[in-house]
Amino acid sequence: MARTIEVNYMARVEGEGALTIVLDEGRATDVKLSIFEPPRFFEGFLQGRSLLEAPDVTARICGICPVAYQMSACRAVEDAIGLQLPQQLVQLRRLLYCGEWIESHALHMFMLHLPDFLGYQDALSLAKDHPDQVKTGLRIKKAGNQIVETLGGREIHPINVKVGGFYRVPKEPELGALLPELRWARDAALESLTWFGTLEYPDFERDYEFVALHNGQRYPAYDGDIVSSRGLHISAREYDQHFEELHLEHSTALHSRIKGRGSYFCGPLARFNLNFEVLNADIQAACKRVHLTPPCNNPFKSLMVRAAETAQAFSDAIEIIEHYQRPPQAAVPVTTATAADCVGYGCTEAPRGILYHRYEIDAQGLIQSAKIVPPTSQNQRTIEEDLLQMGGDLSQMPHEDASWRAEQAVRNYDPCISCSTHFLKLKFEEAKA
Amino acid sequence: MDVEQSPARTPNKKPKLAVWKFASCDGCQLSLLDCEDELLMVPELVDIAHFPEATRAKLEGPYDVSLVEGSICAPEHFELIEQIRRQSKFLVAIGACATSGGIQALKNYRDHRQFISAVYARPEYIQTLETSTPISDHVKVDFELRGCPINKQQLLSLLVALANGSLPDLPQHSVCVECKAAGVPCVLVTGQSVCLGPVTHAGCGALCPRYQRGCFGCYGPSHTPNPESMVRVLLDAGASPEEIERLASTFNVNTAGFQEMVKTTQLVQLRRADQSKYKPQG
Repeated sequence: MARTIEVNYMARVEGEGALTIVLDEGRATDVKLSIFEPPRFFEGFLQGRSLLEAPDVTARICGICPVAYQMSACRAVEDAIGLQLPQQLVQLRRLLYCGEWIESHALHMFMLHLPDFLGYQDALSLAKDHPDQVKTGLRIKKAGNQIVETLGGREIHPINVKVGGFYRVPKEPELGALLPELRWARDAALESLTWFGTLEYPDFERDYEFVALHNGQRYPAYDGDIVSSRGLHISAREYDQHFEELHLEHSTALHSRIKGRGSYFCGPLARFNLNFEVLNADIQAACKRVHLTPPCNNPFKSLMVRAAETAQAFSDAIEIIEHYQRPPQAAVPVTTATAADCVGYGCTEAPRGILYHRYEIDAQGLIQSAKIVPPTSQNQRTIEEDLLQMGGDLSQMPHEDASWRAEQAVRNYDPCISCSTHFLKLKFEEAKA
Repeated sequence: MDVEQSPARTPNKKPKLAVWKFASCDGCQLSLLDCEDELLMVPELVDIAHFPEATRAKLEGPYDVSLVEGSICAPEHFELIEQIRRQSKFLVAIGACATSGGIQALKNYRDHRQFISAVYARPEYIQTLETSTPISDHVKVDFELRGCPINKQQLLSLLVALANGSLPDLPQHSVCVECKAAGVPCVLVTGQSVCLGPVTHAGCGALCPRYQRGCFGCYGPSHTPNPESMVRVLLDAGASPEEIERLASTFNVNTAGFQEMVKTTQLVQLRRADQSKYKPQG
């Protein structure tokens, strides 16, 4: 007997889209994560704009991870004009990124993902039964946002980032004032990891190709080569030779794949598996205590990985601030005249995974073409494949539980659908009895 | 507005709040979740009836207050915004996308240069997929919060006021006034940067000048801007007409005030092109 499960609105993701799962004789035969947002044409808007405008324009792609767009945009433009930033400015960029990782991860862990594991509709109802944990989550989030606000000017669409550095660099005491709260929050993130270790995770694993940045020295956010668990090791400049985007009928977002191989997995789990050895020793130990070690192939456990990454981001932020000396110059001067017919590539780790930008810039310093590949479109096919494999289990579950589990599986990736979509509709179809 | 007239007020009852999204980056509704200190008190102010970014649970309409983020960009948006209006006693457009069409309204002006001869004609905001338009082009909007993104304190003030049957008293003057009030040296006068502060709506607290940067217009034009004068000042400060045109063509490009600036700079460009054409050789 045919059955159709329909949830009209996928909640607790950033943005909206549609999901259809066809269940046939107890299996999933087709899964479509449809992304049908009217395109916002950012690559088009960028044509003819000054190279200096790329960070502020691309930030508007996403209100959740604007810093990621600013970082990849700056790195790509600076690559194009052959600009190397002084280390002090690089450290400030890394600090800003730590702030965004923290606030974005805390939002996802405590407000979007955790309610699934505990059976609540949302964090506000969760807070009625677990007020201390939710308050801790909000305080962690705020600590991250305070970094972004202090250094970037405001939490959403920060105003202080520019090609070449910053408009204004903070004085030492401005950053130093953040330290007590960051130290508290670092411990709180580790305690959250321990708590998440006690939760029950669905028994689900797949053999993924993980793709993340890797620099061998520190947990990657701002810099590193692009590596994969199956031997890929390239620089951002080689991205287009190894990755391609397909335009499928059911989605206005492009599906990414590795040429000749297929889908891949980017984001916290990929970073964790490819960079575990550069996590701080005490964070590695905390992971081991909750039996979280690479290779982890269960995307539901990304909840724990985000807690570990949050602790690492706090550690990095604390270290950067402790060694901070105000740079003599807030930025390396860059004008539109700095550029001359050049191409630049930038790839950084957004909270949700690698974010690739490429710009062609003409002799007037105007952008001739732009290419932007956000993490969510890279993970789109992987999400579908997860649900395909999950189909058997879903068809055994009661209607509402199956819907909820499928939503939870999508939320494993913290999809930032605003980067690519606006309406997520969850629909199951049982094709045949 | 008189307290008794506030449409959101239902005596002795918390307003029922809905949050909606059209074409946008999600940042403005995220502002509510960024109120970390106040978030757990929000349910004491309002009943959150529809807020998909935050909760799976939802209550059917009608709603006392609807916060609408995003611009009208797709055919299905027409019907949806009508439905939301019918279900909402008090509708608030939040952010530059909802109040002006957002950065995606740049596509409305894609061929603008070709229509430079019609420089004084108001652009027609044709309701097709080819344009991005503000909520107020389609339904009655009761209140607007400006900004790209909005100021979260203004959002909180609005919710507190609505819960008490009132409306917040938000500044209507320019960023320039906020900047002077903050005692920040003028970045335009000191030659540090071009700045849209004189024509941009207040709300950010002169954030950019405080970071030694010129205002770039996140809150859109102020209530009584003087766009022609602004262009003249920026030209005098050494900005090129092309640079000024780009500065006015971002998150609030689809506003009368900033379009006036664009048109003025295009006239200057035309005039300069004419002058160079007839410049004596040698």
